[in-house]
Amino acid sequence: MAVPEPPRRLLGGRIPYIDGPLKVTGRAEYTDDLRRPGQLVGRILRSPYAHARILSIDTAAAERMPGVHAVLVGSDYPIPFGVLPITHDETALAVGKTRYIGDMVAAVAADSEGTAEEALRAIRVEVERLPEHLDPDAGTRPVAEPIHARGLNGTNVQKEVLQHFGDVDRAFREAAVSVAVHGNYAGVTHAFTEPLVTLAEATPDGRLTVWSATQVPHYLHRSLSEVLGVPMHRIRVIKPEVGGGFGGKSDPLPHEIVCAALALRTGRAVKILCDREDVFLTNHGRHPTRNEVRIAAAADGTLLAYDIDAVIDGGAWSSFGVVTTYYNGVLSMGPYRVPNFRYRGRRVYTNKPPSGAMRAHGGTNLRYSIEVALDELAERLRIDPFDLRSHNALPPNSTTVNGFRITSTSFRACLAAARERSGWDAKFRKLPFGRGVGLGCGFYISGSNSPIHFTPKMPQCTVHLKADMDGGIAVHSMQADIGQGSNTLLAAIVAEVLGVDLERVHVVRVDSDISPVDIGSYSSRVTFMMGNAARRAAEALRALLLRAARDLTGYPVEQLRMGHECVEVAHRPEIRVGFLEVLHKAMERTGALQTSGAYTSPPMGGTHKGARAGTAPAYSFAAYVAEVEVDAETGQYRAEKIWAAFDCGRALNRLAVEGQIEGSIHMGLGQFVGEAMTYRGPRLLNPSLLEYKIPMPGQMPEVEVLLVGDDDPEGPFGAKEAGEGPLIATLPALGNALYDAIGVRFLDLPVTPEKVLRGLDRRRAEGRSWKGG
Amino acid sequence: MAERRELSFRLNGHPRTVPCADERLLLDLLREDLEMTGTKRGCDLGTCGCCAVLIDGRPSLSCLTLARRIEGREITTIEGLTPPSGLSPLQKAFVAAGATQCGFCTPGFIVAASALLAATPHPTREQVVAALGGNLCRCTGYTKIIEAVQAAGSP
Repeated sequence: MAVPEPPRRLLGGRIPYIDGPLKVTGRAEYTDDLRRPGQLVGRILRSPYAHARILSIDTAAAERMPGVHAVLVGSDYPIPFGVLPITHDETALAVGKTRYIGDMVAAVAADSEGTAEEALRAIRVEVERLPEHLDPDAGTRPVAEPIHARGLNGTNVQKEVLQHFGDVDRAFREAAVSVAVHGNYAGVTHAFTEPLVTLAEATPDGRLTVWSATQVPHYLHRSLSEVLGVPMHRIRVIKPEVGGGFGGKSDPLPHEIVCAALALRTGRAVKILCDREDVFLTNHGRHPTRNEVRIAAAADGTLLAYDIDAVIDGGAWSSFGVVTTYYNGVLSMGPYRVPNFRYRGRRVYTNKPPSGAMRAHGGTNLRYSIEVALDELAERLRIDPFDLRSHNALPPNSTTVNGFRITSTSFRACLAAARERSGWDAKFRKLPFGRGVGLGCGFYISGSNSPIHFTPKMPQCTVHLKADMDGGIAVHSMQADIGQGSNTLLAAIVAEVLGVDLERVHVVRVDSDISPVDIGSYSSRVTFMMGNAARRAAEALRALLLRAARDLTGYPVEQLRMGHECVEVAHRPEIRVGFLEVLHKAMERTGALQTSGAYTSPPMGGTHKGARAGTAPAYSFAAYVAEVEVDAETGQYRAEKIWAAFDCGRALNRLAVEGQIEGSIHMGLGQFVGEAMTYRGPRLLNPSLLEYKIPMPGQMPEVEVLLVGDDDPEGPFGAKEAGEGPLIATLPALGNALYDAIGVRFLDLPVTPEKVLRGLDRRRAEGRSWKGG
Repeated sequence: MAERRELSFRLNGHPRTVPCADERLLLDLLREDLEMTGTKRGCDLGTCGCCAVLIDGRPSLSCLTLARRIEGREITTIEGLTPPSGLSPLQKAFVAAGATQCGFCTPGFIVAASALLAATPHPTREQVVAALGGNLCRCTGYTKIIEAVQAAGSP
């Protein structure tokens, strides 16, 4: 007989972040708040040359300085590393060449900042300048001195993806209508508020401890071991609080390795705190992108084919580039059914700061082009943009042409909610000139099905619980809370399953000595994977408690369930035993209870080359409507409101899901209205938060969050991701709203007021009127 | 090494006298010399607001303030805005609204909002937005921060 589950007390509600009290008082500990006895200052010498051969480095004068404890150059630790095992092309410090302005050439550890800076100035580097490669299109052809030897056939192409499913040419021949758009996207960066920072300490017991602002402690752990030649078990990686990541703290970064190397060299503790310019130069932000999206459709709006070409500017290193190159095509496979698909994607090295993974990695620029093309298609076919999308929506439990497994989708419900709440039917093409509404949709992975490292074969997440006689439940996992609230969700899942108050559950700071491996906060995987692992660990603990309760009550386990802070008889809840009493009974023979839960995503995807890229145990869906107001005199415009309908399955913490959506909209708004990594030649012109402007409080639109997802069959308690997908729909909703407002298409981001004015002039010059304007 | 002279000021209600070099910045004095790490170092350029403290009750950027300039003045940091036990009403409102995510900008926002609420106990949304104009947050889109300040300031 199945015991009826008691109603949920926590999950599905609004759960304030458990670390909130520490954060509002300044008591949360970030890496730069930590200090070790005898700690030294680490500083890095960065290259002023974008592409140069290093002929010699003379560190003798720096090494002789009083107060200087170590000086490192590239040849000291030449083993290459990188986040993907197949593209190790970075070194801790430059070996042989520098590849961008800001590339790290040498490092020192000294008693004080002043001494460290002086030592850097005393290092003499002799270089031979090499031709600079700045334009990714030019880099697709053979060049004299490629940036890396591993570029394809003497070019600077790091990765090329060619995929074709169905028969795209035939689909275009037979189509009633086709549209083509060319998108151009400036690079953008994460702009987290906490700078990059690492503290490392070598101790006489042969161990190395590294505290770092990282979203992926496990990959850092691996890279430290590989480059430094220290076995993983002698390295301890600790993740203090992290002040935002958004992908920018997901690669193992060279300053982290250099910091640890300086600690090993000195036998001391060393801290490297990057300044804001260093953070901008380290970048790993969203790739500058040029793409062409062609879409073929039947007369009734049925989508027949996508033909996509993307050239993405990788900067100096590979980073996640192989994944990025696939994602810029294959993340087009939802939220619509597309029967024929062809993609060519190329990621090209340039002598610029490396591009990498940034929130909604690989899905953002592609999606903008697609959604603008669909808006155009709807207009040509005289079909409402909502109807066009609803007509083509992927159904639940379907498979895409490239083999993605779609399980739950509430995309049609998202469309319906956004349409109704925004008052779309009364506004679209009906608002006065200068005011408009636009629809943009989104689709994103809820955790990459593929862990980056396949050997040894391990679960993607493991969670350990320990319950001892004090009645507290300690939770250990290497999942990385970087502000998204994963610690809160972890605690809430454990508390929910065990029926206890949240304050009994303590999430222990990530520490590789005690936290079982989780592969970190990226690819929007944490809620789904950690959530499932946590649930299993808690259910294993619950089983131990129910057995003890059986001994105490005489009722069989099948008739018992967790009540609030107790175990109760399901059909006679007045018969109950308090949580502590049950716990102590369960501990009689074993002492502290320890349980474990793990998650491994199921096998999925096709067998073609690159079939794993983009496969995920679930996908999120979004439909956003933006309403904008444009001042046609100045080109200034304002996002007034965004209705954000999102399918994250069951929202387990509505407060956190809303926060992710609101924050994603802020970041998407920034990319749309003005954020851009701006270069003159190879030089980044705006490496500060003054010149690289993220939106201020007054620029945010009102956001109405509409959570409409059905439970996902495999997600923990029905949940899917809400960390990255919510960004994607923001940009096309804004772009299509601008079109509705003033009749101008924008495919060159960011859309500055100057571009708005130029667009208005162009339209008027063409003699096209729009809503009377 | 620059000369270190005595610097006297009030810190969170208590008189302090510390040795301080003329070129020392207030943020370094707080974080490095006095080990008060609640005030955050986000940019060192006066662009993010993470290092905000109150000088004689006015929000100020400690990364741009020479410590020498606080001679004889009253400095209030996030530590000083926190009651000995529990949280202030503003801090409680931040927790309840979910106005923290990564939390790195949070002390600066609490400092700026405290000054606003001291001068304007029941601010309008526009007044809140204006008062927080010097603080950047990359996580929340400000929505829940504004909500929290308004909740703390609601009559």
